[in-house]
Amino acid sequence: MIRIDNLTKSFGPFTAVNGLSFSVAPGEVLGFLGPNGAGKSTTMKMITGFLAPTSGKVTVFDHDATEQPLKAKELIGYLPEGAPSYGDMTPRQFLKFIAQVRGFRGSELNARVQRVEKALHLEAVFDQPIETLSKGFKRRVGLAQAIIHDPKVLILDEPTDGLDPNQKQEVRNLIANLSKDKIVIVSTHILEEVSAVCTRAIIIAGGKILADGTPQELEARSRYHGAISMSLQGAGNAESELVKLPQVASVETDEGHLVVFPKAGQSLFAPVNELISKQGWQVDELHVERGRLDEVFRTITGEVA
Amino acid sequence: MSQIGVIFKRELASYVATPLAYVFTVIFLVLAGSFAFFFGGFFDNGQADLRAFFNYHPWLYLFLVPALSMRLWAEERKSGTLELLMTLPISLRDMVVGKFLAAWVFTGVALILTCPIWFTVNFLGDPDNGVILASYLGSWLMAGAMLSVGSCISACTKNQVIAFIVSVVVCFLMMVSGWEIVIGWWPDWMADWFIESVAALSFLTHFNAFAKGVLDLRDVLYFVIMIAGWLTATAIVIDMKKAN
Repeated sequence: MIRIDNLTKSFGPFTAVNGLSFSVAPGEVLGFLGPNGAGKSTTMKMITGFLAPTSGKVTVFDHDATEQPLKAKELIGYLPEGAPSYGDMTPRQFLKFIAQVRGFRGSELNARVQRVEKALHLEAVFDQPIETLSKGFKRRVGLAQAIIHDPKVLILDEPTDGLDPNQKQEVRNLIANLSKDKIVIVSTHILEEVSAVCTRAIIIAGGKILADGTPQELEARSRYHGAISMSLQGAGNAESELVKLPQVASVETDEGHLVVFPKAGQSLFAPVNELISKQGWQVDELHVERGRLDEVFRTITGEVA
Repeated sequence: MSQIGVIFKRELASYVATPLAYVFTVIFLVLAGSFAFFFGGFFDNGQADLRAFFNYHPWLYLFLVPALSMRLWAEERKSGTLELLMTLPISLRDMVVGKFLAAWVFTGVALILTCPIWFTVNFLGDPDNGVILASYLGSWLMAGAMLSVGSCISACTKNQVIAFIVSVVVCFLMMVSGWEIVIGWWPDWMADWFIESVAALSFLTHFNAFAKGVLDLRDVLYFVIMIAGWLTATAIVIDMKKAN
């Protein structure tokens, strides 16, 4: 359990994190969302014990991050932003070093290094200096370092930033496959990632929590939630007919598609379907929208900015 | 203790993995040798001792030690590995001591590699080997004190060039603070005890005691306290400035 209680961090006159409170339970994958400069990284740096909070408290499984930093740090695996590592070392040397700092010795150490080597497919580059590796491999070395001690808490600051789509998918699979009793906190500004891997999402901006819920709940806050997007042929009167339905709030055209928005709490599928068969329109494409996270994100964070 | 060892080993391995170690060692050996022979008049003195050799050590260290110490923390800060290191379960003290010891042992190895000149002087004459041993010890302690100064200054900045220049200047001031010319520069109204204290802080005063073969516990203690003090300052600076 991670408990964050009224956490505040100021740098001079600038308040980066402002009275943040939340807790994360084992099994949760928390997506930490927010525009650049929202305070995501600063919050993560305080949870991992790198920065001391100006006020407030972070507790990691009953260990206060400021008062018992070493105990808390033992439980945490952390991938800092940009996945820093020692460029002159090879992944093998680097991971051995991390494992040693984590207190592993002898055969246990070798077994752990081998395990993460396999888990992150580092075999091909395992004995090349890290500074010669591609961005994707560097990121994987950073991830390997974070999971080498099988931590209870995994904190990843923008783990997929700058990776290509295949590498992004791989990192997401890795996060999804971590055992289910861990706490995972991932910061990102890629919204598809949140729907793909997170069980919970917190949106912050200006150092404050603006929204906290499952990705589905956040999607439900979108005005697109439950809207029907369709493309019709030979239906010039479609827009005017659809607006007449009692459940419909409005109709918009979006890149050749008609988007029909429901009134609050109304379901559109049945009435729209009925209208289509009555009018005899030919349907090329039709789907019900779950809601658009990026739109929710823009609406919520736009209010602050 | 084991954590200091882990940091120490990684740090030392990184010296060997980069050209830094070889460049440093070769330049140190070449300069130490040529200063002794050309400027120190090693042969012309006609004496079987290594004064000509050790006299130039402070001036060699003045440029070479900051070159070694400048990267200690500035590089960690610049590459972001400071954040990685500080979120591992390892105390700041172990990091500071581990990194310092690696650099200090490395200068010790470079110093040991100058031993051919010791053999030479033994071959040519009958020197006082006790004095030479004391001089080696003093030289190594002085290198350690300068490294600890450099460590603290390196912790203040991301920029290795700034770390180098400031370290050279601070080490220079700490060397010359015992010179007559510097002591005479203080205005008359300054209390004598203050001027004497500043003079007593000089690296050179204490190193010269070793070079004369006087192994005084107070001189050893001076260097040990100097190292401990600057390393404590290093830890405080890192803790204060880790956010930037």
